[in-house]
Amino acid sequence: MRAYTPKDDVQAKAYYTDRYYVAPQVPKQEVETDEVFTADLAAIKGKFDVKEAYIQVKQMVVYINANDIYGVLELMRDELEYTQLSEMSAIDWLAKDNTFEIFYQMLSMNKRKRIRIKFFIKKGEAVDSVEKLFRSADWSEREMFDMFGIEANNHPFMKRILMPYDWQGNPLLKTYPLQGDEFAAWYEVDKIYGKEARDVIGPENRDPAKVDRYDSERFARLGHEVPKGTKITGNEPRVEQTYQEEGGVFLVKKFDKKSSVIVDDPQR
Amino acid sequence: MAQVKNRLTPFFDNITFDRDDNELVLNFGPQHPSAHGQLRLMLHLQQEQIVKAHPDIGYLHRGMEKMAENMIYNEFMPTTDRMDYIASSSNNYGFALAVEKLIDVDVPRRAKVIRMMLLEINRLMSHLFWLATTALDIGAMTVFLFAFREREYLMDIIEGYCGARLTHAAIRIGGVPLDIQDTFLSQLKTFLDKLPANIKDYEDLLDTNRIWLMRMEEVGTISKEMALSWGCSGPMLRASGVAWDIRKEEPYELYDEIEFNVPYSDKGDNFARYRIYMEEMRETAKILYQTMDMYEKCVENGETALMAHSPKYISAPKIDIMTQNYSLMQHFVLVTQGMRPPVGEVYIPTESPKGELGFYINSQGGPYPYRLKLRAPSFWHTGILTDLLPGHYIPDVVSIIGTTNIVFGEVDR
Repeated sequence: MRAYTPKDDVQAKAYYTDRYYVAPQVPKQEVETDEVFTADLAAIKGKFDVKEAYIQVKQMVVYINANDIYGVLELMRDELEYTQLSEMSAIDWLAKDNTFEIFYQMLSMNKRKRIRIKFFIKKGEAVDSVEKLFRSADWSEREMFDMFGIEANNHPFMKRILMPYDWQGNPLLKTYPLQGDEFAAWYEVDKIYGKEARDVIGPENRDPAKVDRYDSERFARLGHEVPKGTKITGNEPRVEQTYQEEGGVFLVKKFDKKSSVIVDDPQR
Repeated sequence: MAQVKNRLTPFFDNITFDRDDNELVLNFGPQHPSAHGQLRLMLHLQQEQIVKAHPDIGYLHRGMEKMAENMIYNEFMPTTDRMDYIASSSNNYGFALAVEKLIDVDVPRRAKVIRMMLLEINRLMSHLFWLATTALDIGAMTVFLFAFREREYLMDIIEGYCGARLTHAAIRIGGVPLDIQDTFLSQLKTFLDKLPANIKDYEDLLDTNRIWLMRMEEVGTISKEMALSWGCSGPMLRASGVAWDIRKEEPYELYDEIEFNVPYSDKGDNFARYRIYMEEMRETAKILYQTMDMYEKCVENGETALMAHSPKYISAPKIDIMTQNYSLMQHFVLVTQGMRPPVGEVYIPTESPKGELGFYINSQGGPYPYRLKLRAPSFWHTGILTDLLPGHYIPDVVSIIGTTNIVFGEVDR
């Protein structure tokens, strides 16, 4: 039977996985094993609905409702001393259940603790911007919008940040083609010369390793060199390889070990 | 806009202006030599004063996170070199540490010491590079030549270790590939013995230099609140009054066994950042002396292991691979298919020369990370220019970009 390859995830796949292989888990600890986290979680639970919480690799992970995010981060910043939002972004789970998982990586310098706040949103939903609380979210949310197409409500400047403004598609989606898509191949031609020049110029070569042996404009075959632009039929004559030095080049001498000084200490 | 013809405002026959508020939009970069890479700034000016700044990035975007999702873990290691290419071992290390926490292996002590030496040499290289380029931007050519000379010695040492000068790939998941070469310690010691005199030279040239002080003092002041809110880290944060160094506060490797100070300042201006870099170089030299002692102790105690022993995730030493069948088989599987870490996620921050370099890895038990997020400090240090530049004048832009120490391999990833 032919292997089934889902169209909603074009990422690289392991070419072989043992059918009885069960992946182990990174161990999770109860929140109660850490006093600071227990107190923090109690403070969050006092005001907001917490779906799940655990400690993994010394950091607490808290799952909340999507629309509580502004309130939770405000509480954490003002009352729990989590003064920095180190990082935020999304994880694409569209192929599994049509959701994105959003994570906010919080840091408390006074407590020396890190908490990850997470929630799920459906495709097409927006998150609430926390740019008013942490200015760093200004750029993080723009990056998330750029890479996943997730918009942030009340963001002052919801534009792409890394890709060009007129780019189509969101690169970090699992459905985004790995080798450059139809649009990418024509992007520069359309941009610089206009669509009508497509016939003249042709699509951009998206394969960096491509070598065309019949193209004598851009490639030279070692040992079979022909003048630039020659039409190659496949029977080009063999050219003898010679080294430049043998004819004697002005100012270039062969290395003579005896008459050279070798410096051992680089910090002379 | 209607143009009123009078003697004071010039009248143009065939041009109409959208606005007559005298605002000029200046496009700074992306090819400006003091933009330190591919930074484009759109500056709205009133006379020479900036009223609005809009940093535009992405000119060096290579999609590293996407690349990571389609590579096995060991394959991604050389790619991390291209993030902060001024101190590439610290990127290698950040990634290696994150994966090690994910698969829960412990690195042998000798490898830890070598890693710390590499990290601190990278920190020195990065700080020297920062000093050289910033001084050059401001016009101090001599400092540029001096600092590059010293950096060259360090690059020679690194080249002796791993063969590369800029993109080291000198660290592996689970340890280091090689022991240090015979001349490493003696060369490093020669360098470190000279370093205080060198730093003194730079300071003699800069500390009381009138031009330097005018360009640095009270320019680009970042308040503590602003630095925290913008996610600043490293010297940017320490110059704004927060003594936060991840090596000290959340120690990794053997930093808890080492004595060093965390210099900080509450001024927050360009000059404070300059002082922090200079003091950090001295602290780094202190750390390096201690790691050299630790290395010699490792040799005395006969600790020879350089890679962690964890057959499920990490290949056996080369001698085992060449002599034992099972090691060869396991090595073959690890190279062709890659390691498969457990299901779970980690976020591991390290103190790179620029600030908090974090790797978030979400593994679903496959040979490729399901999601890998690179938290590069320079990204936010560029973002802060939006709020920092308004109110300053055009010449200050150059010195502020200089002291933020942004590297575009890291900003755009």
